[in-house]
Amino acid sequence: MLKDITLGQYFPGDTIVHRLDPRTKILVLILYIVALFLASGWVGYGVMIAVTAVCMLLSHIKPANIFKGLKPMLLIIAFTAALNLFYTKGTPVLPGWIITWEGIAQAVKMILRITLLIAGTFLLTYTTSPMELTDGMERLLSPLKKIGLPIHELTMMMSMALRFIPTLIEETDKIMSAQKARGADFENGTLVQRAKALLPILVPLFVSSFRRADELAVAMECRCYHGGSGRTRMKQLHMTWQDGAAILLFALLLAGMILLKRFGL
Amino acid sequence: MPELRVEALTHVYSAGTPFEKTAIENISLTVPQGQFVGLLGHTGSGKSTFIQHLNALLKPTSGAVLVDGEDINRDKKTRRAVKNKVGLVFQYPEYQLFEETVYADIAFGPKNMGLDKEEIDRRVREAAGFVGVEEALLERSPLELSGGQKRRVAIAGVIAMRPGILILDEPTAGLDPAGCRQIMANILRYRQETGATVMIVSHNMDDAARLTERLIVFDHGHVAMDGSPEEVFSQPERLMEIGLSVPQSTRLAMALRAAGVPLEGPVYTHRQLMAALKEVGVC
Repeated sequence: MLKDITLGQYFPGDTIVHRLDPRTKILVLILYIVALFLASGWVGYGVMIAVTAVCMLLSHIKPANIFKGLKPMLLIIAFTAALNLFYTKGTPVLPGWIITWEGIAQAVKMILRITLLIAGTFLLTYTTSPMELTDGMERLLSPLKKIGLPIHELTMMMSMALRFIPTLIEETDKIMSAQKARGADFENGTLVQRAKALLPILVPLFVSSFRRADELAVAMECRCYHGGSGRTRMKQLHMTWQDGAAILLFALLLAGMILLKRFGL
Repeated sequence: MPELRVEALTHVYSAGTPFEKTAIENISLTVPQGQFVGLLGHTGSGKSTFIQHLNALLKPTSGAVLVDGEDINRDKKTRRAVKNKVGLVFQYPEYQLFEETVYADIAFGPKNMGLDKEEIDRRVREAAGFVGVEEALLERSPLELSGGQKRRVAIAGVIAMRPGILILDEPTAGLDPAGCRQIMANILRYRQETGATVMIVSHNMDDAARLTERLIVFDHGHVAMDGSPEEVFSQPERLMEIGLSVPQSTRLAMALRAAGVPLEGPVYTHRQLMAALKEVGVC
């Protein structure tokens, strides 16, 4: 039940998208998002849809997987679309209606924008393992170390948090079963009762999380971990010509979108 | 007092997905009231899946579990009611303690049963007595106790529901020898005084040989062996094949026989070994 939740799931593979350096992929995603927000006309959205489709094809990620990830966002998408539908001024579809042609266009564009935004992000997390992702982040953000930001520590915390999500889910399942065996009831009752019923899960979960954190800290110290300075990596990140090409292509995409916006397309 | 019957029980995890896995398949057995049963099997043999069916925590993919002749999965009400009849103590149960005081934690189960205050109080004190938790500890926070004490409090939390069938998943895992002995003695006392059926998952062959009346051996989701300790431990090769071992006394007896000492009869406890040795005049 709880195990069915996918959170930034990684689909291992050996496509060109998988092989790209994580730094490249993060940069490309940023370029992609900026380009997406520059799109204003139908041509612009068309280009963005095409780019996303090509990336999906290249990475062998099935559209079904992307749409599955969209499910939790449906409410937000619907809400945004509805707001745009009803609150955009212009020519009414029928005389006297509050819905305008401009409103419909705006709503469709909003749906496209959010869908593409999520699809792009998912393409990154689907093709990059959490470890690579945090590694890439650390390297990209490392210039900020100069002004005293603890970048290594931050990314280390991030990768640990990601690492422990499945563990915590498993732990929660176990505690829930144990409390159910003692007659706890999580499904019935009023909202307040159900919120109170969570206490027997949350307290043990907190206690064990602290215990785990403590043990992990000791284990790391035993292996001489003392922060990021001078630490080497097992997997070195390498940029190839493909990375250069990918960044160049997306930079071109961004430039193209700026031009399109100029012409109002 | 309840009788437990399992009919053609099968459980498939993640049915219909690529991760589909059959954990237990076509298990049928009957446990008469009051029996002391040991469940053996290596990790992943399906023991834990099996015991979680016995109080309706897991729903069978097919087959049925009957307590007192009644299908426990008939509807929501029976699924809930069976938790009062079949107490399940998970592995490392001390991680489920959550209340501010030991008393309140032991009272959690009885409270969920909807008992009145006096009855809850009676049961908490009785359960604490069974596991040897002193009065003085009842008002302490469960998080301040030692590992062995915590374990006993957690077991008391289940015993306080007075289950007619008590199932424990490796109750002594990770405890020191004194803690192990104490827990086993507590369980025995509960069984003696209430006549409850007790099922215990264990990796300790010596405990299994010494305490239980019947052993059920799981292997790859099936019941590989089912019989008295004498019957099960008389086939050491079979047990080794499954990846389990035999009690130390049995191993010693096997070695002695191989060396030419003519030991008589089945040997799977220290006492039997001593008797057999006396017979051949060794001691």
